[in-house]
Amino acid sequence: MTRYIVVRLLDAIPTVLLVLTLVFVAMRILPGDPAVAALGDFATPEQREAFREKMGLNAPLWQQYLTFVVSSLTLDFGVSMMNGRDVLGLIAYNLPYTIELTIASVLLGVVIGVPFGVWAATNPNRAPDSAMRGFSLIGYAVPDFYLGALLLIVFSLNLGWFPINGGGEGFLDRMHHVFLPALTLAFIKAAFLGRLTRTALLEVMGRDYIRTARAKGAREPRVIYRHGLRNALLPLTTGLGLTTLTALSGSVAIELVFNRPGLGKLLISAIAERDYAVIQGGIVVFALFVVAINLAMDLVYVLVDPRIRVS
Amino acid sequence: MSQDLLRLTDVTIEFGPPKKPIRVVEGVGFSVAKGESVGLVGESGSGKSVTSLAIMRLIGGRVVQGRIELEGRNLLDLPASALPEIRGRDIAMIFQEPMSSLNPLMTIGDQIGEALLLHGWRDRTARRDRTIEMLHLVGIPNAEGRLGAYPHQFSGGMRQRVMIAMAVACAPKLLIADEPTTALDVTIQAQVLDLMKKVRRELGMAILLISHDLGVIADVCERVIVMYAGRVVEEADIRTILTRPQHPYTRGLLRSVPRRNHEAERLYQIPGSVPPAGSVRQGCPFRDRCELSVSRCAEEMPPMFRFGSSQSAACWVTAAAEGVAQAGAAA
Amino acid sequence: MTASIDPALQLRPQPSAFTTLRRVILDRPATIFALIIVILFVLVAVLAPWIAPHDPLAQSILDVNKPPSAVHPVGTDQFGRDVLSRLIYGSRNSLIFGFVSPVLAAILGTSLGVIAGYFGGIADRIISRVIDLLLAFPELLLAILIAAVLGGGFWNVVAVLTVAFTPGFARVARASTLAVKQEPYIEAAVAVGLRTPMIILRHVVPNIAAPIVVLTTLWIASAIRLEASLSFLGIGTQPPNPSWGNIIRDGLNNLFGSPWPIIGAGTLITLVVLAFNLIGDAVRDALDPEASR
Repeated sequence: MTRYIVVRLLDAIPTVLLVLTLVFVAMRILPGDPAVAALGDFATPEQREAFREKMGLNAPLWQQYLTFVVSSLTLDFGVSMMNGRDVLGLIAYNLPYTIELTIASVLLGVVIGVPFGVWAATNPNRAPDSAMRGFSLIGYAVPDFYLGALLLIVFSLNLGWFPINGGGEGFLDRMHHVFLPALTLAFIKAAFLGRLTRTALLEVMGRDYIRTARAKGAREPRVIYRHGLRNALLPLTTGLGLTTLTALSGSVAIELVFNRPGLGKLLISAIAERDYAVIQGGIVVFALFVVAINLAMDLVYVLVDPRIRVS
Repeated sequence: MSQDLLRLTDVTIEFGPPKKPIRVVEGVGFSVAKGESVGLVGESGSGKSVTSLAIMRLIGGRVVQGRIELEGRNLLDLPASALPEIRGRDIAMIFQEPMSSLNPLMTIGDQIGEALLLHGWRDRTARRDRTIEMLHLVGIPNAEGRLGAYPHQFSGGMRQRVMIAMAVACAPKLLIADEPTTALDVTIQAQVLDLMKKVRRELGMAILLISHDLGVIADVCERVIVMYAGRVVEEADIRTILTRPQHPYTRGLLRSVPRRNHEAERLYQIPGSVPPAGSVRQGCPFRDRCELSVSRCAEEMPPMFRFGSSQSAACWVTAAAEGVAQAGAAA
Repeated sequence: MTASIDPALQLRPQPSAFTTLRRVILDRPATIFALIIVILFVLVAVLAPWIAPHDPLAQSILDVNKPPSAVHPVGTDQFGRDVLSRLIYGSRNSLIFGFVSPVLAAILGTSLGVIAGYFGGIADRIISRVIDLLLAFPELLLAILIAAVLGGGFWNVVAVLTVAFTPGFARVARASTLAVKQEPYIEAAVAVGLRTPMIILRHVVPNIAAPIVVLTTLWIASAIRLEASLSFLGIGTQPPNPSWGNIIRDGLNNLFGSPWPIIGAGTLITLVVLAFNLIGDAVRDALDPEASR
């Protein structure tokens, strides 16, 4: 097991470097002149030159690359060009809100989706199964920002049950603020997880060891939960990783809908304001997050599957 | 008769949609006495596995007719909620695929312990002791140290031993073994069969062994039931079957068992294959593959004829040759 | 248990892909419904200038935030623009992006995948590594990150969506190519001295077409949703050009004015994406039965 974990951890190193390289290539080569991209078409040549000098864009490419990699790994993203604040500070302020939203929506999604999937799988081709199919069709189709806007209109604007914007102060207030945004994402995650649970559980329930469990006298709930669902957890773990990743990407739009602070909101505002340093910092942090979530899922797999754990 | 542990009478099983059913097992009847070991033999598709699963009520098909009695109690009358008490405690079962029949995420100690827990072994230490005892019985070396091992850490033969330990942990009255050695290497096969004999001796249970291999059955069983196309075609004690088989199908099966002293000979194969389930509506289902078949075979399904005190077979031709009477209900 | 297998199933001859597709579509009422939605959607998008009741860009201070009426069936927005006309014109964006990006991504991704799969070696190592990495990103997040660099606008959105979808195609194409490469007819083609580009075009590509086509149809829905998301975030189709995504964005800035633009655009996205999902599932079931779970 230790070997597996060490291999996975070591494997993350080239992945991180590759991510940074891709970001670098994208930032430096794709948009043409970053000075134009950042300052707009109407900046004077002097302003552009000053910008290039300040951002280190006049150095040779390899030197820029090294600087970029080193500063990214040390989380030194410079200062915002709009308000002069430290980019790392901006990210540090916003990140907890995004993490909070992501975790809350994944948890809610699991709590809604998995039991629904079990219910559908244990009643195949009956009403619960059809309900699951309908739910997942809608969940796959409805855009999260639209669903969020609807919930906002109904529950915040008209009923006044939830706040209209902001992230909240203190634990309870923050939970109050995060509930609707998390529910929005959770609805869509639950559709995916429910479908996945149904498929995985149905597949597992046809396995030989399920028959063995029945043959030794286990009653149906025990067969389903202890033997069935536990084995269905393997594909579900992969699904959980995907869910976390899509919840993270969905948080960008949701933060905008509910006007709450967060990494996505920061990035989108930075794009609108052409705040080059913040864009760069935001992209790097998002990308590192993706690598970290994937790594975490590989490690969770170890805990779930003894075939990897004990070998 | 009162000695009967398990008795099947006229059991008929159907699969598929109720409006267009496929009959997989038809009119099967046999019995297993307390402590007896009985073999159920036939090619794949003969309905032997379906029959054995039906005894456990573990099939997707429907038993549309007949009785399956355990010590006089008809299992088919029991509500589904009563079955878990019988499964594992009165009747236990092991399956063909030891590689996939154990839960990959549970330690073998937990899996055997679960069987005990489900049938009243509340005490943890007692469960543990019994589990170790069972693992010893089935010959798992270092039983105590392997309680926490997972199925993937065992070979196929060892897993089948674990399956046996799990099945017999609650000392069932009947152990149904559905092709327990088919997936194993030949040398391991012999070990597992020996183990089954030993376990039966020590725990005094009856065994219903399902196999396509008469050799395997001859090794373990005292009596044999031959099934073909969903019906019982011959029944006799093992010695009689081996020396004086009466049904042409049984004779074919016997000729296709490899024998040590006939090495050079090419192994016999029964020509043709089992007709698809439910396709034979009239006459003897074996007639198309039978060397002896006469016109009557195509018209009437032969009943069971009694060939001696312990033998009966469903064949018009051999019954006529021997001049024996129909077995009838009283036999 | 062989008993549960319907013997008739094994004897039935393999029907052609087209027959299967027709059967899959006609056997499911939901797919027929989806087909009707898609046809309506395409017709509306193509005929937008002729069926839109108003100019989608025409502002009118007198008609700000009107609820639905006979003149404005979905009301007006905060600039007094007719929402129905904006929705109708917005469908053009969805149609174009929905088809163009998956097709471009299919071409680009298949090329990369075939190169990696057929030639192997260092090219394969590099391509596979980058594909694996990009596949770790959800398409939306990848699109957002690329759009963060490129900015909005028509061609940038095309580029963003194409890049976001390419890794998926490349992976499927690579895996299929590896499988096809083992086939004897490839060996035969090499043996008779057919040149490599010919082998790839004549023997490899046609044999990996089915999964690629399936993936392309499955991703029409994703592309439509992605374009809407990017436009909603302000990094897709730029105002004042209408797109279903930026109509919702405008609506959100006008929450107290009128909910109708949000409801109208959101419902349309949901319906069209749902319809394309259903058709994608049908195509997959018909062409690539093994892929259906």
